[in-house]
Amino acid sequence: MEFKNRDIISINDFSKEELLHILKVVRQIEQKPKSNLLKGKILAALFFEPSTRTRLSFISAMEQLGGTVIGFSTASVTSIQKGESLWDTIKMTEQYADMIVVRHPLEGSARLAAEAANVPVINGGDGSNQHPTQTMLDLYTIQKIKGKLEGLHVGFVGDLKYGRTVHSLVIALSHFNPTFYFIAPDDLQIPESYVDDLYKKKIKYFKTSDLNRFSKELDVLYVTRIQKERFPDPLEYEKFKGVYRIDNSFLQNVKKDLKIMHPLPRIDEIDKSIDSTEHAAYFEQAANGIPVRKALLALVLGKIK
Amino acid sequence: MAKKKKKTSSKTRRTKEKIKAKKIDFAPKEEAKRELKISAIEEGTVIDHIPTDATFKVVEILDLENQKGIVSIATNLSSKKIGKKAIIKVGGKSLSQEEVNKIAIVAPDATVNIIKNYNVKEKIKVKTPDVIDNVVKCSNPVCITNNEQIATKFYVVKKDPLKIKCHYCERSMGKEGIEII
Repeated sequence: MEFKNRDIISINDFSKEELLHILKVVRQIEQKPKSNLLKGKILAALFFEPSTRTRLSFISAMEQLGGTVIGFSTASVTSIQKGESLWDTIKMTEQYADMIVVRHPLEGSARLAAEAANVPVINGGDGSNQHPTQTMLDLYTIQKIKGKLEGLHVGFVGDLKYGRTVHSLVIALSHFNPTFYFIAPDDLQIPESYVDDLYKKKIKYFKTSDLNRFSKELDVLYVTRIQKERFPDPLEYEKFKGVYRIDNSFLQNVKKDLKIMHPLPRIDEIDKSIDSTEHAAYFEQAANGIPVRKALLALVLGKIK
Repeated sequence: MAKKKKKTSSKTRRTKEKIKAKKIDFAPKEEAKRELKISAIEEGTVIDHIPTDATFKVVEILDLENQKGIVSIATNLSSKKIGKKAIIKVGGKSLSQEEVNKIAIVAPDATVNIIKNYNVKEKIKVKTPDVIDNVVKCSNPVCITNNEQIATKFYVVKKDPLKIKCHYCERSMGKEGIEII
């Protein structure tokens, strides 16, 4: 299994064995942090659209490993404003850095960046398409909080239509014989193409718009925000915002060890009173972004095998 | 009163004979009449059994507008196999298997005959390729291929009914969403 110089663009590019290997490396790095592993290495963080967690955790991960970070956090300060293509921006950046993290609003932009660059490219999110490092940290969190990945009953609630974290996690968890519960209004349900794949893989799934219908079955509930920025029509967003809310009344009918995850930021999907319960796993999930990204940076630079 | 018989000149008589002779030579059977709608070619390629709605897409895909030789197009012809069909004859150009495969997305049942000296030298069957390079436009408006000057690339996920997936944005689309570049 070779990770040196590999691009991390889509969760679809990784086999079950590769995902498990990455999780093993994350565990190692978390247990024995190596502070000088990437000394002298430069990461270019090219963020063409806003990001808090992804950008900051990549910067933090790189600096904790002794490396440095260059880049920008908005396209308005770059030559893109002057009409420079993404291809040219990447060709220029690869001269300055040992690897590149790119977040861009257009879908497929990270794949194009990887084709342009001779250094490894990591996708930090390309529109509604992929966000593979988020998926890897979601997987790592589930493995850590549940002690396993196999055979779990996982619910997804919120915007399952536009939510890329949901799409990618569904693909990744499909390797581990899960049962899925998709909880969303009909207009925001999981796209048919994902359901078709589950059907082909003989994975059990249920679709409902009722949050409480399967609450007793769930081992993990993955909550997502209704993403205003993904709606072409603002009126459509108004129709769906605040449609689901996880609060103490919901917890009355769940398994004792149900864990609630959320890729954050949250608006009002999860009541703050949940934060202090044993069910809340979302801040731990966000914290796992650091070891996961450290592992990925070290793997693609060939510093860990 | 009886009409005076017009005198016919020897020149007119010769012309009439010529016309008559032509009729006898060229219109013996129904089959031959159909064939005559596009004249035979000495060298080149005949693409048959094209669905009529795909006629000009085939022209576009194979870039026949910029072809130097004679290109003949006949459409709305009767076909036992597909009801109505089109035929395209491309003079002076033998298409390769790779070029032929490009039209599979719009004309999967087309038959391609390579003509040498008025005879069929080779028959090529259209095969749906595994990868479609720079033929189809991605239907996703926020795909990078619709916003940056790059060639598109699609993977054929399913051949029948056709389903393709964009290499860049990973969106899948069926035959109905396919638009030729």
